[in-house]
Amino acid sequence: MARITAGVGTSHVPAIGAAVDRGKTGQEYWKPLFDGYAWSRAWIGRERPDVVILVYNDHASAFSQEMIPTFALGCAESFTPADEGFGPRPVPAVPGHPDLAWHLVQSLIMDEFDLTIMNKLDVDHGLTVPMSLLFGRPEAWPVQVIPLAVNVIQYPPPTANRCWLLGEAIRRAVRGYAEGLNVQIWGTGGMSHQLQGPRAGFINTPFDLEFLDRLTGDPQALRRIPHIEYLREAGSEGIELVMWLIMRGALGDGVRELHRHYHVPASNTAVGHIVLKALS
Amino acid sequence: MSDELNDIPGTTVFTGEMSRKGYHLNQFCMSLLNAENRARFKADERAYVEEWPMTEAQKQAVLARDWNAAIAEGGNIYFLAKLIFTDGATFPEVSSAMTGIPLDEYTAIMLAGGRSPEGLRSIKEGR
Repeated sequence: MARITAGVGTSHVPAIGAAVDRGKTGQEYWKPLFDGYAWSRAWIGRERPDVVILVYNDHASAFSQEMIPTFALGCAESFTPADEGFGPRPVPAVPGHPDLAWHLVQSLIMDEFDLTIMNKLDVDHGLTVPMSLLFGRPEAWPVQVIPLAVNVIQYPPPTANRCWLLGEAIRRAVRGYAEGLNVQIWGTGGMSHQLQGPRAGFINTPFDLEFLDRLTGDPQALRRIPHIEYLREAGSEGIELVMWLIMRGALGDGVRELHRHYHVPASNTAVGHIVLKALS
Repeated sequence: MSDELNDIPGTTVFTGEMSRKGYHLNQFCMSLLNAENRARFKADERAYVEEWPMTEAQKQAVLARDWNAAIAEGGNIYFLAKLIFTDGATFPEVSSAMTGIPLDEYTAIMLAGGRSPEGLRSIKEGR
């Protein structure tokens, strides 16, 4: 039986990817940010997950305004890094796990979560930056990945509670897979930030720290935060945090926080990172 | 609901209404993901924007790189990012332009922890 053993939350700022790709991670501006991931890189080297279900959002790379799926699951053999307007990131193609992905499609749709099925999906910084933060710069990624793209650009994104419930359904689905895979789920995006308009540069550290605390201390409260509160308190782009709740919902009731990191700024964004172990 | 969404200072929520208004502007931005299109745009910006069924206000916002105007005309920041990258500009530079805060000052504010939410939560409630 496959099991979800751990969850990872992390921001996915494009400038982080550029810093990795240009070898700038040791520079004064970037070093404190990357230092906070050193523990996690060692940890994941020991954990050696077989598969990561990676919850992220596309930033108008694979999806234009022509078609905007709320939840889209990557079922392909492999996912190519997207050209986001300055050439694709020089990172390896991301290997998929089509068998588990199609099992998720079957289970989740029968469990009444009507996902969009992606047989071709170019993945942008939303997916590849978390990979770089956890795995550095390998010649090939040491894990298979099932991308779960969530619309958080076109209002309204799915509710926090809907994301949580999808996470619970993913947990059930993974447990129904016969092969004994070690599966992790990552929730990415956030934390507080706003990229647009006269309020750009908005950061709300107290909100972010409380969010991190509540992932273990009071996760049920996070399900009930309405969109308007995410927009007001975390910034218009901080609403990406609903994606962390898919991760948290998939871990079950009991979790233990193994590691946490919080750093401002990466470009315009408050960077948050947490590693949670599923206890059951 | 829309009253609430319009109550956040300096923020345009990308609702269905804004999405409809900005469709062609955002699709124009999307076209800049293609290197050949970027080259044609750079060679003659006016001619390139004329190929798109945008309003004159949208075209002007693009040509003037008036980011707040582009957002008011339905542009979404993740789509406008294609134009930002085509220019070789950065988000902090564009943020400086959108906020009216000089770039060195803006950079210092971000390094010191970002712009505080105090007074930036609600227009109506003044908090």
